[in-house]
Amino acid sequence: MNIATFTSKRFLVPGVLVLIVVLLATAPLYTRPGTVPLMTTILMYVILAVSWTMFSGPTGYISLASAAFFGVGIYTSALLFKQEAELLPLPAVILIGGLVASCFAIIVGLATLRLRGIYFTMFSFGLLELARRLIQYYEFNITGTRGRYVATIGVDTAYYLMLAVVVATLLTAYLIMRSRYGLAMQGIGKGEEAAEHMGVNTTAVKVITFAISAFFMGATGALVATRWLYIDPTIAFNLNYSFLPLLMAIVGGVGQLYGPVIGAFAFAYLRYALVSIAPYYFMLIFGGIMVVVVVFLPGGLASLIERGRHRLGGVTAKLWKGGQAEQHANT
Amino acid sequence: MPILEGHGVTKHFGGLAAVSHVDFHVDQGEIAGLIGPNGAGKTTLFNLISGAIPFKPGEIRFKGQKINGLKPHKICRMGISRTFQETKVFADMPAFQNVLMGAFFGTPTRVSGADAAREATQALEFVGLSAMSATPIKDLTLENQKRVEVARALATKPEMLLLDEVMAGLNPAEISEAMELVTRIRDRGITILMVEHVMKAIMGICERIMVLHHGEKIAEGTCQEIACNKKVIEVYLGKDVHAGS
Repeated sequence: MNIATFTSKRFLVPGVLVLIVVLLATAPLYTRPGTVPLMTTILMYVILAVSWTMFSGPTGYISLASAAFFGVGIYTSALLFKQEAELLPLPAVILIGGLVASCFAIIVGLATLRLRGIYFTMFSFGLLELARRLIQYYEFNITGTRGRYVATIGVDTAYYLMLAVVVATLLTAYLIMRSRYGLAMQGIGKGEEAAEHMGVNTTAVKVITFAISAFFMGATGALVATRWLYIDPTIAFNLNYSFLPLLMAIVGGVGQLYGPVIGAFAFAYLRYALVSIAPYYFMLIFGGIMVVVVVFLPGGLASLIERGRHRLGGVTAKLWKGGQAEQHANT
Repeated sequence: MPILEGHGVTKHFGGLAAVSHVDFHVDQGEIAGLIGPNGAGKTTLFNLISGAIPFKPGEIRFKGQKINGLKPHKICRMGISRTFQETKVFADMPAFQNVLMGAFFGTPTRVSGADAAREATQALEFVGLSAMSATPIKDLTLENQKRVEVARALATKPEMLLLDEVMAGLNPAEISEAMELVTRIRDRGITILMVEHVMKAIMGICERIMVLHHGEKIAEGTCQEIACNKKVIEVYLGKDVHAGS
């Protein structure tokens, strides 16, 4: 309990975070070619995993609608972003992609968030299929086309924009987690009826957070579309983008904010590495690793860090926890 | 003056009349008791008052204002707070966080972080759990879990508190402590309506008792009146019971 430990702890975390952001921001200057697109993909998964955790982590409403919001963003971008016409600048398109996805989430949320447990999960899963079929139907019967070409942007531009969205996502997730709404969401996850009787407007809290998390998924979709050249309903509304964020978050650990970040990094990099080393076995190896993590680390990879922290120094750990509790009280 | 009154309150679950044409009232500042055999509709009535279940026909008024049809969080913010028969605490969260939630969300106006923390600290202190504010609820005894639930309800600054079997499962010493706590809450000016099976507690602290049976109110009065009421004795002990037989 000395002042020095306390202050160093206080500046350590923000310091490290700033350092990481600076390193990431300067990455295109010193990395090998090919690294930046890989990192863009990893960052995309970080956004998806963190925004999934933002809502589903504390509330326990397991959503499989991520791909639907992601796809809505992709299609918004395909419709609005045309480089030759300069219809709208890309940041505006990203913003609109996010907004369209959150409007979608609000409508869906108002209708479905009264469902609990597995029923909500099933509905969110059906939503993806519904969105995909609707657009397929529209293209087939009304416009008579299939898919769209999307104007592309440079590798570095995409990377920087993705980094900006990552920072925005993490910052939002952190602020929500620390706020009274973070507490309310935990309450909803642990006993919705009780939370309701404590004055928590559970519907509003759920719908708003669902919409915020959808915003970042949609924004990412709008950005990613510009790297894909061509999209159609099957590409845009791909089931993988519902399952992967969920798996990443669970492997990483949903208890802490850095859990899904670690999960997304590990997952996306592993995927990339395994595909090039053992293209035929990668799903097999991958599945094995997942099983091991889920069986032996129920708290996710983040729980390893927590454990390490406890072993390194009980006192620092306590100080850290105490500080967190205090912060919570001060919000 | 009644702070809470109900007229013709009725709730059917399918063909079963859980609560049937019940008229009731609770006066400002009193401790009122609600008793009845298992399945009489006591908890259902609580659920109707707190907004957990919608109902019709009938109406419930709080301070003259109609509250049926409102959502639970609205009713809580208006000043009616409750506890649950099977304690509904947030088991993994520390006691303090549990109570803090009530302090943050349970009042009609927005509370600042510092005020909510102060309110939560005071509520925990009031129920005698200051020392355990950082303990996760699941590590507390049943008695203390119930106390946290009471503290959480108090942190919403209620004018009226509904206590659903706060003494069930407690030992005699704990029951006297709980009775003392209920009296202290009333002394703070909070009106109390309590459901209880522990007769010693009900008879000891309630000023007025209502008896439900098969969803209907069959008696109402002071403890003395209820204890001598023929219908009540029949309901609890059966028809052909004679003193001394």
